[in-house]
This record gives sequence, structure tokens and C-alpha cells, in this order.
Amino acid sequence: MAGARSAQAAPSGAAADGPLLSVRGLEVHYPIRTGILQRTVGAVRAVDGVDLDVPRGTTYGLVGESGCGKSTLGRAVLRLTEPTAGSVAIGGTDLLALGGEQLRRERRRMQMVFQDPLASLDPRQTVESALLEPLAVHRAEGGPSAWRARVRGLLDRVGLPSGAGAKYPHEFSGGQRQRVGIARALVLDPDLLVADEPVSALDVSVQAQVLVLLEELQRDLGLTYLVIAHDLAVVKHVSTTVGVMYLGALVEEGTSSGLYARPLHPYTRALLSAAPVPDPVAEASRERILLSGDLPSPADPPSGCRFRTRCPWVQPTRCADERPLLRVVDGHPPTQKVACHWAEDIEAGRLQPRGSARPAAPAA
Amino acid sequence: MTGVSLLDVEDLRVRFQRKGQPATTAVDGVSFSVDAGEVVGLVGESGCGKSVTSLAVMGLLPRRGTSISGSVRFDGTDLLALSPSELARRRGRDLAMVFQDPMTSLNPVLTLGRQLTEVLRAHTDLDRAAAKKEAVELLGRVGIPDPRRRAGEFPHQLSGGMRQRVLIAIALACSPRLIIADEPTTALDVTIQAQVLDLLTTLVRESGTAMVLITHDLGVVAGTCDRVNVLYAGRVVESAPRGELFAAPRHRYTQGLLAAVPRVDAPEGTPLHPVRGSVNDRLAWEVGCAFAPRCAHADAACRVPDIALSGPRPEHTARCVHPAGTPLEVA
Repeated sequence: MAGARSAQAAPSGAAADGPLLSVRGLEVHYPIRTGILQRTVGAVRAVDGVDLDVPRGTTYGLVGESGCGKSTLGRAVLRLTEPTAGSVAIGGTDLLALGGEQLRRERRRMQMVFQDPLASLDPRQTVESALLEPLAVHRAEGGPSAWRARVRGLLDRVGLPSGAGAKYPHEFSGGQRQRVGIARALVLDPDLLVADEPVSALDVSVQAQVLVLLEELQRDLGLTYLVIAHDLAVVKHVSTTVGVMYLGALVEEGTSSGLYARPLHPYTRALLSAAPVPDPVAEASRERILLSGDLPSPADPPSGCRFRTRCPWVQPTRCADERPLLRVVDGHPPTQKVACHWAEDIEAGRLQPRGSARPAAPAA
Repeated sequence: MTGVSLLDVEDLRVRFQRKGQPATTAVDGVSFSVDAGEVVGLVGESGCGKSVTSLAVMGLLPRRGTSISGSVRFDGTDLLALSPSELARRRGRDLAMVFQDPMTSLNPVLTLGRQLTEVLRAHTDLDRAAAKKEAVELLGRVGIPDPRRRAGEFPHQLSGGMRQRVLIAIALACSPRLIIADEPTTALDVTIQAQVLDLLTTLVRESGTAMVLITHDLGVVAGTCDRVNVLYAGRVVESAPRGELFAAPRHRYTQGLLAAVPRVDAPEGTPLHPVRGSVNDRLAWEVGCAFAPRCAHADAACRVPDIALSGPRPEHTARCVHPAGTPLEVA
């Protein structure tokens, strides 16, 4: 977000220097059980070893296609889904080491904005009552009258008309409902917001309203965001840093401007080349990298590089036997990391993509 | 343009009436035409009437509680005047449709081969064996690997992208002259979307089939359509060739939409300009411009009934009292 990027050293906390959110080696594996004994025969590796840091006051955007594990990662960060390995630290506190009361107290600092605000709000609860609940649960400072004033202030802050508090979720339009969802996430004054597809359920003209609101709130409140989305343009617009996920792991990470201008990983290149642009001139001049096939099953990921089964640049050596790690490539800033053995050769054009990746359409 | 067009929709109106409730007008006088071999886009946000328009053209709206007026001429015949059985004969043969969600539009308990041969046997005189052979060939044409084996499989055994290819194969089975594709790639991931759009446009261009592409995604339109109609609150508010629509939109709504969409190729720090309000804040067209309550350029002059589509040239018209006059520079 443009405003927040320049004002990076936002409000100081206990660990103002380090990143607010720090994730190391995060894994979420779901066991596959079978037979009457429910023996574990394997695991769906939804998230399979992810490291990421989100500095205070910035936005980290996670992009990837459905099934890549981005939503599971977001939920695991908040411990809404229990990670099977790794660590998640918020402002230096390791969340995975906490339990019970301590965890509940830490949860005030991190909140979630969901994709579908209608499904995440109780249809029989007024907006005011839904927003008062977290304050009561966490026994916030002040009493009910102070809480009510806070809720009213927040509803106004997110751009809802006065009187919105007395209404029920179904009485709002999609964009207004997402504003309610954001207000609900903000009511406990958190540091970190995890937003999973915050605008994808909204109409195009309304999406921009919500994106601008998130931007303003970040600037005014010094919030830190982890935004999860499949829309590359949305992620580019909101993010300071962007991570591209494929089959449970990050394949490339970089600043939003650097990554979009010079993508290194073949998957990032393919994603960017496939994203439609509302401009016929740009559409016509773009080089399309069409990927063949579909996402492999995360229960049985390919050996070595996970993208190799769809990669137009796949090589007979290394790709199948060595899992590439995120690394910095010469000529690119150290903020950009890519998990590809052949990134340099692909960028220099020394390797050519495998024939046309488009499906053969023999004449009938 | 009238007279020679393959499909000519004139003043189409669709009203839904439910017991004890006021009638809703979903489509409020939509007119557009499609020439043979042309790809025409219908773009708009939810509730603008784009899907209801396509269902009305295909005769797929429920009879009860629905009143349809206007005319839908396909190759000179008014489809709205045909009997259900006459229409059923043409549907699938002359006109075909591709829906958004391939899982709900395929029959889950029939094999893919069976669903393809069903169409072929209903509309052509192929015998069972020949239809089966043709079905396998069609699956191959839409890029399904190992089509012989796939023809014996069920929809749930395929991925979303593959299912959408099967729907395209079914739509193309009888070489229709017009395909209506309603959000054909909205349920798909971006890399799969690119595959399917590429396939659809290639096949349509190769066979000279005309296509109506219904979508909310301006990016999809920019890459595929020859002409675009922008819908708002049940009416076409702008109609233009693709290049002009994006380079110099005239209606304030089109202009607003383009400024509100983030782009992957935008330079860093490009601000977004949201359109205020939502589609619920609208005027009835009989009172004034439906978009006026959300428009930054609206004034008293916009509150006149039934603003007409107009423009300096018939190819590019807009239903706007204060159209954007000066063409925007092409980015």
C-alpha cells in the first residue's frame, strides 16, 4: 500500500525492529486414514515448509491458485488450523508454544477478515451486538457504554451509515457487509489482520472501495496485513511484499514492484502472462505462457521441483531429483528469492520453453 | 446492422412476478446484435441482467411468473414466437450454451461419452457407433488427453478445467452457428482460464461460429471480444468495438469501472478510483439515468426519462447525458 510503504517504522512495540509476524518452517499436513483401523497411509501436504516475515505496518500478499495452500497457511498463522510443524511468532511471542488463556489473550492482536462476510456473520445478531461480543469476551477496558461508543466510532470509520449497528447482516449490500467484517476484525485493536480473499466476492466497482478502505486503515492505524488472494492485480495493488505459492510452498518472493516487473520463476511468469488485463492493446502484445495440465495432488506431490510436471522449461537434470530452495539470483535485489534451479538460464534466454504448451487441437 | 445479423435482440424485456410481491424487471429493453463469426461481449456486474438476457435468448427461463417481450431474431426467425418443441430442436443444433459451473451443468451419473452422444443422436442422424466415435473425436478436439478412456469416465473424475472443456465439446458437437458462453471461466483458476479462453476463441474462429460472451471481467473481454455491450440495471449503457471501448469509453459507468480495476501491469503507486455506492442505489430508467446516484458527473439533466443510446457514430453509442467527450490517451 503506497502510503504505508514509506511509513514503515510505524508504532513501536516490544520488538519494533524485528518483523511483526515471523513464520518458520510451517507445515500443515492432513493425515489420510483408511480401513477400519483408520491407519494413516499418507498425508495431504497442504502447507509444506513455508518461511515468511512481515514487517510492522506492511502488507504481505500471498497469491496462488486454488489448492495451493494459501488459505490453510493464513489459518495456520492464526492457529485456526493447527500446524503440524514449524513456528509462528507475533512480535517475538511464539504462538505455537502458547495454550489456553495465554493464547486467547494473544489472539486479540491478530484478527481475520473472511471472503464471504454473510457467511461469517451471525444472521440473527445485529451488527452492534456482533461487534460488542469480542469486547465482552476479552473483557476490554471500560464498560458496556465505552464499548458501544467504540463500536459506533468504528462503524463510522469503515464508512457505514449511522444506524448501521441496529441492522442485521442481510440488510446490507455485499460491499457494506465486508465493511462490517473489517470493523469486526478491528474492534479489539489488533496489530495483524489476515485477510483471506477480502474482495473476491464483491462486484468490480465495489472491490476498489474496500481496497481503498484497507489502505486508509493501514495508514491511520499502523496495521500489518497478510492478504491472501488469487487475483494477481489485487495482490500487486495492496502488497509491499508478494509471495507466490504452488502446491504448499513458496516458489518466489519479492517486492511487489520487483516481482511483477521481472518475475523469475516459470510459474510466476505463467501466472502473470495469464492474468487478463482490461486493455486490448496490452492483451494483444502480451506473450502468453500457457501451462498444460492441472495442479498435481498435494497428497502425492512430484519429486524434486513441484512445478516440474507443468513447467515449460523443465530440464532432464536436477528438476526431478532436487527440491529447489528459495535463493537470490544475481542481478536481482536480495529481496527477490526464487525456488528454481534454472532461473538464471531461463531469464537470460539460454533455455527455451518446451514447444507450444497449448493443447493440441487436431482437425476433426 | 439490422437485417443481416445472425442474432438480433430488440427491446428485450424480462419481468419476474412473484405472488404478493412487486414485479422485478431484470432486463429492461436490451437490444444488441451479433454477426456471423463475431464474438460479442455482454459485460456488467451482478444484477445487471446479463445472464437473464442469455437465458431469455435460449428460451430457458421458467414460463411461470415470467413475462418476456421484445424480439429475438435468429437468422430471421423470432425465437420468442417458437413453440417449446421447435425451440428444443434448434437448441443444441443451431444455438448452444456454455455455463459457468461445469459441475452442475453435467449429469453426474452419466459418462461423458454418453452425454456427448446424447446431443449428437438428438440432432444428427448418426447411429450409435458413429456418434460414439464422433464423441471421442470431440473430446480430443477440446484438448482432453486420452479421449477414448475419458469418454467412459464420469464428471467427478475430471478437474474443473477439464469439465469446462467437456461442456465446450458438448456445445460444439453439432457445429452450432451461435454459442452463448455465460461466465465460462469464472469458476476456473487464472492459468486454466487462459487455457479455456484460448481453446474457446480458437475453436470459434476456426469454425466461424458466432459467440456471445457474458462476463463481469473486463480483462477477459479485452482479450477476446470484437464488440462489447456494457449493461447496467437491465439496459445496455454503452456499445462499442473493443478497442474504442477501452481506449475511449463514453459512458461514465464504463469509465468508472475501468478506473476501479487494479491491473497487473500498472506502475507502482497507481491509485484506484472506486465507484461510490452499490448497484442497489439506482434510479428507475423511467425517472432518469440508473447510474446517476453513483455518478460524479450527474446533475439535474440526468433526471430525464428513458435516455437514448447515442453517439457521433452508430458503432459507438452510450446512454449518457454527459458522456466523456475527449478520448482518453491509450495507456
